[in-house]
Amino acid sequence: MNGAAAATPLVSARIVGKTFQDFEALIEVDCDVMRGEVVCIIGPSGSGKTTFLRCINQLETYDKGSIWLEGELLGYRRVGEALQPLTEKEIARQRRKTGMVFQRFNLFPHLTALQNVTEGPIQVLKRRPAEAREQAMALLARVGLEAKAEAYPAELSGGQQQRVAIARALAMQPQLMLFDEPTSALDPELVGEVLQVMRDLAADGMTMIVVTHEMGFAREVSDRVIFMDKGRVVETGTAAELMSNPREERTRGFLKSVARG
Amino acid sequence: MHTTPDRAGRETAPGTVSDLDISKMRTIRTIPYGRILSVGLIVLAAFGIVRAFAMGDINWAITWQYMFWPTIMMGLFNTIWMSIVCMAIGVVIGLMCAIARDSVNPVLRGASIFYTWFFRGAPLILQLLIWFNLALVFPRLSLFGLFEARTVEVITPVTAAILGFGLNAGAYASEIIRAGLLGVDRGQFEAAKAIGMTGATALRRIVLPQAMRTVLPPLGNEFISMIKMTSLASIIGFSDLLRSVQNLYFVNTRVIELLMVATVWYLVVVTILSIFQQMLERRFGRGFVRRAQR
Repeated sequence: MNGAAAATPLVSARIVGKTFQDFEALIEVDCDVMRGEVVCIIGPSGSGKTTFLRCINQLETYDKGSIWLEGELLGYRRVGEALQPLTEKEIARQRRKTGMVFQRFNLFPHLTALQNVTEGPIQVLKRRPAEAREQAMALLARVGLEAKAEAYPAELSGGQQQRVAIARALAMQPQLMLFDEPTSALDPELVGEVLQVMRDLAADGMTMIVVTHEMGFAREVSDRVIFMDKGRVVETGTAAELMSNPREERTRGFLKSVARG
Repeated sequence: MHTTPDRAGRETAPGTVSDLDISKMRTIRTIPYGRILSVGLIVLAAFGIVRAFAMGDINWAITWQYMFWPTIMMGLFNTIWMSIVCMAIGVVIGLMCAIARDSVNPVLRGASIFYTWFFRGAPLILQLLIWFNLALVFPRLSLFGLFEARTVEVITPVTAAILGFGLNAGAYASEIIRAGLLGVDRGQFEAAKAIGMTGATALRRIVLPQAMRTVLPPLGNEFISMIKMTSLASIIGFSDLLRSVQNLYFVNTRVIELLMVATVWYLVVVTILSIFQQMLERRFGRGFVRRAQR
């Protein structure tokens, strides 16, 4: 990696705005994520955290500002002074750089754990099935589930399903992993196993943006924490700064309410 | 007033709790009078029907004699291939209509709604007659000058039947498939897109296979009714199973015997189809039926 590339953030959001009908979900969101960084986004529900994440993965379109991935504008091509929306194929190609883990896992129920992981490489990257299977088994081993390769999602616990979902996203060899409240739908005793996989991933140098309510995880793993409220980024800082010594009143209020709960 | 014995066999007064253990006690069977009565009625009715047919004026030997009669075999073959071809056309059209129905483009959406409205609304016999008599409206058919022919030569009983049944089946299949697509969780589409799939790939690999599970039973129903509906095409001169049987009894007057031949063949075809449907349902139900934990 040369010096210039290292200095360019992997993801840049510039004054991003998004309006649903008459509700402003995102307002002037600015954010840079460097390669290898782990950024946690915290905030009350309805604060725009998930919408922001979905905009990065283009499951949602943004309508103000711009989002850049590896210096490439997401969703549009510039034609002189005008903008042209990318075709579905081009958007799909941009999306391959990011992996997404959903709150409700969204594993493909008609495929086994192994097939869930090989589906993307075989269908999208056109890998040879044997090669894809080998890579998938390695990924399942990495999330501790090689023994469950032939199980269908309905036969797995929530924690196991989410670990398969992480392996499925990793199989596309993304530059960036997005986690949308990955432990919120889990029984409390299953949260730990998923967080452990994420911790390992962070230690391996994966760039991650994690929307989470797990304050302990945010404190321990993240390089930076972003606090969002009512569609805006209220405060950004290292986990220690933001959580022990928040500058903003709203951040203090939120942290207090989470600590109580 | 009833009393119940406790573990030690002591009688306890009602209203007090004892350490009664129901597994230690004899259970008195409740007699299901309703069920016994209905079983009795069914057996009686079955006996009556079998007796009536056995003693009735049917010469079963003749039924058996015509079972594999060449013209009947031909009619059976026609019924089967016509059903398969029309159902295949119906499923393809139905799939396109179901996808168009949820398109962002209002023209595609409108066309799909119009198609379903028209081909589901007009009686099937009427549609068959219109197709068969197309030559009255358009004496010549041409395709941008590439191909031209006299309509009467193109619209035979076979093509009219294929058009009539196929387009009609498409209208019904579109609603069935649409319901199936709506039943698949939105998150499946998002997850498919998140691993870089285009909408078409997501539909083919992720959404449709899951929709198949709910689509198959009603689609199987459609197939079965299609097999029986092909007999309607006899009015435009298509010789299906029923028609071939009628042709025979018009000559030899063995009406019931030959109708029984047709009945047997229809039931055979539908039975084979049901078995095939069950196999398909099992195939597409994978992952949804909990298997024993290993």
